Amino acid sequence: MTAPFEAPQRKRSKFLPTLFRTTAFKLTAVYLVIFALFAAFVLGYVAWNAQRLLSDQIRSIIDAEIQGLAEQARQGGIRRLVNIVERRSRAPGASLYLVTTPVGERVAGNVEAIPPGTLDKTGESEIEYARTSETIDTPSHAIVRVFVLPAGFRLLVGRDVEERDRLGAVIRRAIGWSFALIFVLGCFASWFVARRVLRRIDGMTETAHGIMEGDLKGRLAIAGTGDELDRLALNLNAMLDRIGELMAGMQQVTDNIAHDLKTPLTRLRNRAEEALRTAKSPDALRAALDGAIEEADNLIRVFNALLMIARLEAGRVSDTMADLDLSEIVSGVAELYEPLAEEAGLALVGDVAPGLHIVGNRELIGQALANLIDNALKYGRPQDGGEAAVTVAARRVGEEIELSVADRGAGIPEADRGRVLDRFVRLDDSRSQPGFGLGLSMVAGVVRLHGGTLRLEDNAPGLRAVIALPAARPKPVETLPPPGSESSTAAPNPAGVPSL
Amino acid sequence: MRLLIVEDDAEAAAYLTKAFREVGHVADHAPDGLEGYAMAEGGGYDVLVIDRMLPRLDGLSLIRSLREQKDETPALILSALAQVDDRVKGLRAGGDDYLPKPYAFSELLARVEVLARRRGAPAAEPTTYRVGELLLDRLAHRVTREGQEIVLQPREFRLLEYLMKHAGQVVTRTMLLENVWDYHFDPQTNVIDVHVSRLRSKIDKGFEHPMIHTIRGAGYMVRDGTL
Repeated sequence: MTAPFEAPQRKRSKFLPTLFRTTAFKLTAVYLVIFALFAAFVLGYVAWNAQRLLSDQIRSIIDAEIQGLAEQARQGGIRRLVNIVERRSRAPGASLYLVTTPVGERVAGNVEAIPPGTLDKTGESEIEYARTSETIDTPSHAIVRVFVLPAGFRLLVGRDVEERDRLGAVIRRAIGWSFALIFVLGCFASWFVARRVLRRIDGMTETAHGIMEGDLKGRLAIAGTGDELDRLALNLNAMLDRIGELMAGMQQVTDNIAHDLKTPLTRLRNRAEEALRTAKSPDALRAALDGAIEEADNLIRVFNALLMIARLEAGRVSDTMADLDLSEIVSGVAELYEPLAEEAGLALVGDVAPGLHIVGNRELIGQALANLIDNALKYGRPQDGGEAAVTVAARRVGEEIELSVADRGAGIPEADRGRVLDRFVRLDDSRSQPGFGLGLSMVAGVVRLHGGTLRLEDNAPGLRAVIALPAARPKPVETLPPPGSESSTAAPNPAGVPSL
Repeated sequence: MRLLIVEDDAEAAAYLTKAFREVGHVADHAPDGLEGYAMAEGGGYDVLVIDRMLPRLDGLSLIRSLREQKDETPALILSALAQVDDRVKGLRAGGDDYLPKPYAFSELLARVEVLARRRGAPAAEPTTYRVGELLLDRLAHRVTREGQEIVLQPREFRLLEYLMKHAGQVVTRTMLLENVWDYHFDPQTNVIDVHVSRLRSKIDKGFEHPMIHTIRGAGYMVRDGTL
């Protein structure tokens, strides 16, 4: 078999680009970005909050000091303030202090340089500054506050924010590092996951290629993990099985046509040829033509039967399914065959429970039943003067309706019971009877289409063919008493379950 | 009887027109659905024989269009699709009968003649059928021949009723299976023959002339044997 399309070329050397194109890799990459953004947000939020907290702390210290110093200035005048500022300025780890005259001349404090104009703004600001002990080249950051004392003197109190800035730097570095780590780990994880998935997908692709190239027995490997890939593989395998069955069926049909239709066609041709060659009278020619037409009719019937079986197996007749009174059909078909049975010297006994309903196609069920009865009449003659009867029965068994046709003939050996359901299979003993060996295949097809089962059982002696079909849900209407019956005797049946 | 055959296969159409003309009918031919529709609309046909698969307008649409125009000319559908649901679809579209291909001409002829006759028949069916001395009373469910009552089973009664309704016409085995039993499947054997021969033994045995005749290669016909 040639593949109907070009199989894509696979190149091992392009493994890495393939890896980047895998869904697993892309998914991991997306998760990675989302996670990184989330981490950045969290860390950023923490950093911002920590910095704000520290700034607030610094501000409250500054406020407290300004309040204290202003109180001192109010009580003891500028001189006292200057003394206190001088003392505090010398303490280790001191805050920043500056006291100036109204024109801006430095009176006391430990601040050497501040940006011009700082003292004009009362209230809080963030500035660069240098302490008296330091060179001006390395300015530091501070939060300062300016307070206007009586007589126009100005008091500046501030605190260095180096500590706060250091914390910010630490967090920024942490963000950087964790980004790098997330990226490396993420790349590694996605590569690992993608490679694992890719390896299994590659296995599947390879199997699929094998199947496309004609190895129809190939099946996808199941890892046994029960994950989505396993489920996919299981389903694909089930699909392949079904395709295999259909292919086998088609193969069988082709073989059947070759073997079993060529024979009658050859016979037909031979007959026509012989008539042309030997027939002298118009009557002889007419007889030959009649024979040819009969032969052709038989061929048509075989074709119709084959098409019907094929169609049943494809399961395409279900749109004509309706609620059926099976009892009526069984009785009707039995009645149709009753004279034929009588002619064959057999009694056709009906044992049909009333009011059995299924959902199905009337013609197909009728055909299946007709095939079974026809078989029973053909092959059901008792061997040694036994009971010459064919029993057609229908009854409800639980949720199913069992339909059986039983004869007292030779039966079918157990080993052959599966085989006879195949097309064109005729057991050696039956070759003397007319037929094509399609009847039971058709029955099997009909039963399968109706969601039922067909069993061939030993009737000791004889054959009992049993069709089990799912019973239809009874409608409430059907529990009404039939016209003419006394309604008082009909038991109330609110559940709608027919009593048998 | 005037027939219109709508069939795209020229050979099949030629065969049909020739065969219908040989038995004394007037047969016209349309090679596609649109032309078939135009000719059928022109009217004057007793029966339309329409292939289901036609170029330009398929057979089912053709019949549906005619029915929408209140044209009730009986139509028989010929089809290569012979499955149960196809037949149902054909009848639902407004067809009066459905015959799967390949068919025997005798079968087609018998069905077409029944359809043509039905067209002229009064709407209500008569309560009794009479063929020569054979009398069937549908209301009393009684059959008499030359005044003697013949006791029939219900199915035998319906079989005779159908044959007598179409007295003088050929009725094929499939037509009997479809109309008396309402089955549309292949019964595998000659069941109908056995039923007819049973009926025949009751109707014809002991009388001089047979009423139920076997038409070779076609089916059965009830007619007065004395004629």
